[in-house]
Amino acid sequence: MRRGMAWYVCKRLLQGVVTVWFIATATFFAMHNVPGDPLLNDRAMTPAIRANLEARYGLDQPLFNQYLIYLGNLAQGDFGISFTQENRQVNDIIREHFPVSATLGILAVLFAAAGGVLWGALTALYRNRMPDYVIMFLVILGISVPSFVVAALSQLGLVTLNNLAGRSLLPVAGWGSVFHMLTPALVLGLSTMAYLTRLMRSSMLEIIDSDFVRTAKSKGVPPALIFSRHQLRNAILPVVTVLGPQIAVITTGGFVVELVFAIPGLGRFFVEAVQQLDYTVIMGTTVFYGAFLVFMVIVVDLLYGFIDPRVRLQ
Amino acid sequence: MNAQPSRTNFSALRQLALYVVFGLAAVVWLLGLAANSTGSAVTGGAIDAENDAITIALRTEPPQLDYGRATDSSSLTVLFHTMEGLLTYDDEMALIPGVAERWEIREDGATFWLREDARWSNGEPVTAHDFVFAWRRVQDPATASAYAFIMYPVKNAEAINRGDLPRETLGVRAVGDRILEVEFEQPTPYFDKLVAFVTFYPINEAFFESTGGRFGADADMLLYNGPYLMTEWVHSASMRWERNPDYWGDHKGFIDTINVGYITQDVNSRLNLFKDGQIADTQLVPQMLGEAMERRWQIDRSMDGTVFFLQLNFRDGHVTANKNFRKALLLAQDPVEFVYKALKEPSYMPAVSLFPYWIRGAEDYFRQEHPPIPHEYNVAKAREHLELARRELGLEEFPPIHLLADDSPLGSISAEYFQAVYARNLGLEMRIDKQIFKQRLAKMDAGEFDIVVSGWGPDYDDALTFGDLFSSWNLNNRGRYTSPEMDALVRIAQSELDPVRRMEAFAQIQDLVQEDVVIVPMYERGWSFVVDPRLKGFKRRAVGPEVDYTYAWIDEQAAD
Repeated sequence: MRRGMAWYVCKRLLQGVVTVWFIATATFFAMHNVPGDPLLNDRAMTPAIRANLEARYGLDQPLFNQYLIYLGNLAQGDFGISFTQENRQVNDIIREHFPVSATLGILAVLFAAAGGVLWGALTALYRNRMPDYVIMFLVILGISVPSFVVAALSQLGLVTLNNLAGRSLLPVAGWGSVFHMLTPALVLGLSTMAYLTRLMRSSMLEIIDSDFVRTAKSKGVPPALIFSRHQLRNAILPVVTVLGPQIAVITTGGFVVELVFAIPGLGRFFVEAVQQLDYTVIMGTTVFYGAFLVFMVIVVDLLYGFIDPRVRLQ
Repeated sequence: MNAQPSRTNFSALRQLALYVVFGLAAVVWLLGLAANSTGSAVTGGAIDAENDAITIALRTEPPQLDYGRATDSSSLTVLFHTMEGLLTYDDEMALIPGVAERWEIREDGATFWLREDARWSNGEPVTAHDFVFAWRRVQDPATASAYAFIMYPVKNAEAINRGDLPRETLGVRAVGDRILEVEFEQPTPYFDKLVAFVTFYPINEAFFESTGGRFGADADMLLYNGPYLMTEWVHSASMRWERNPDYWGDHKGFIDTINVGYITQDVNSRLNLFKDGQIADTQLVPQMLGEAMERRWQIDRSMDGTVFFLQLNFRDGHVTANKNFRKALLLAQDPVEFVYKALKEPSYMPAVSLFPYWIRGAEDYFRQEHPPIPHEYNVAKAREHLELARRELGLEEFPPIHLLADDSPLGSISAEYFQAVYARNLGLEMRIDKQIFKQRLAKMDAGEFDIVVSGWGPDYDDALTFGDLFSSWNLNNRGRYTSPEMDALVRIAQSELDPVRRMEAFAQIQDLVQEDVVIVPMYERGWSFVVDPRLKGFKRRAVGPEVDYTYAWIDEQAAD
């Protein structure tokens, strides 16, 4: 069993490396095929200035050579220097800004998971009654309203609240303390929370009517124990399944929220780099996020085995 | 059977809710501890009179505080507050002494006498050697400065930048610590205006060597000599500028601390911060003006310096190469209607000339001295010219016109407006080609357009920053307009020492651009903005930094 597990992990990690290499290669060639290049600016450059810049960034090499050099640097974990943030290493950018996105993302996922499980269980218990209807209506809203609307509205709400209170109860934007995180994290986690609520509700409903719950009841198991041991633990499985990829999506997909709430996260770099055709930052963030996503999927698959012993890691 | 939940199930649920609440509280607390190191907890709000501090927001993170290589307005803003060149600007945009206390510009060169009391933030004096080092570095091909061209008037600069000469041959030398001698490649009467630009700022060589290639990358990777010191810079999040106690003058830098508390491009977000009393000023876009008036804010306006126009393609094979066709385009549209009916931006001005109204002439504003020919909106005449063009080109009917534009909201509105106007007035079909910024530039360089929606902003405060745009050798002349007459005029404008004659050359350039319809002027861009009433002396500028707090002060008494 133990050896099988180690072998499984090795295999998955190896597959992961191949996946990341594929992402890097596809991104590299796609990016270089977009018309325009990162050096283009409002001010046209003399051939001399352009040549100097190309030499500085190695753009004077044939494309395939650039690719090989890039892969070589990537293998050593060096993403190069940014084209727009001209004297910052892409590694520094990721190191400084990913923790911000991750902190926000983790909080958002916790909000989402906690809320999703709680609301989901509640709606299942109150099936087809008022609380169920109200929550499910909110869930539909949460899923369908895009985050830039929610973000802008909640920020406006905060301003109104603070103006009414006559002082700053919660910060409107910025980063630095826990209070700065609460609103953006809620906004960021909202659609995931809504999605998880629906998932939790349906799987909870299945479990509530199942044979083993009835058996446990007839044996006289205390209902609190039935809820936590039999119902919740079984119902939560699908939630865990989607949580892994969701963590990756949330910790990386906060561009809009980061922009609206002036948060110095990596999501902004990810999007702005594409607009600026900042080759090194595009490659750095894409490869980093790709690796992160692959890693999270592996972690979830492993967790799955622990939660449900029937799942064999092969 | 579970339609009625049992009571005990509720206690279980309550238990779960309790876990969730406590769990989340613990996590939030832990995250709070972790976050304190990654941002800045801004306190004090927009105006903190007690500590003589203000908080502001920047639109974008300065990508580049290595001023030998910086090109963007955000970096220029930060550098304007923390650095000083030979000359600088006063609060009315007139040139005043900076590190140089006096200067002289001759036909073949210039001399700057540096003041004794200009100091770096490490206490060392700012010397002529610091300028020599900085300027040589800019031209060094290894530095790869995108703005190296702005120094090409200095002798041998271009050759050094091409790699043909060693950097030591640059026409600048230090005579002792306090005299800087500059030799020109050709007469450059506007050189005083150039040296106010960041590319010409000094660098302390010993300090530069100590940064190990990270010059300008962090707050401690720069030495400062301006009215403010940058004491903290958390990338993409915040900055702190503190008044420089060693700054030589007392004419700027009145507020003790300027906190850049927020960096976001989202204009709504900045408005919300302003409404919440967290930042001292913010930009207003048209949708916000209604609310601003309801709140009885004092709305200010200023020009941002940029002129927008339709640039026409003169390359062979484009219908826009035909003069009558271009005349038709010019006559068939009305920039007044465009600005006031389509854009609805009260801070924008309909453009009539290549030169914006704030450009200075010999004595007064250039526009006062040399008013442009007023625009004529005349559809009937436009159609006559179009008919002439059709015959000259030997066409049955005109092919669809390729109209290139940015995918920005403003670019889209502009393209769609002109598409409608030219369809209505001239019966022309415009095919709009919307591209992201860099791709629009790539297409412009390749000449893949008939008409392109574009703009031009100033580098320095002289008419030449617009005036040489359509010379045949200017690479920004992306429509490839060529005229020996224009080239001759630009040469005069570049080197004529007599200011009156020089301005006359600009006036002729202005007329020639209109006569040949090199561009169809659209608008001069401006800002609408609102400032906290307690903050006085705040400026938005057309040249150099976007916002200027160096002349600002706090007036506690001013009512809200």
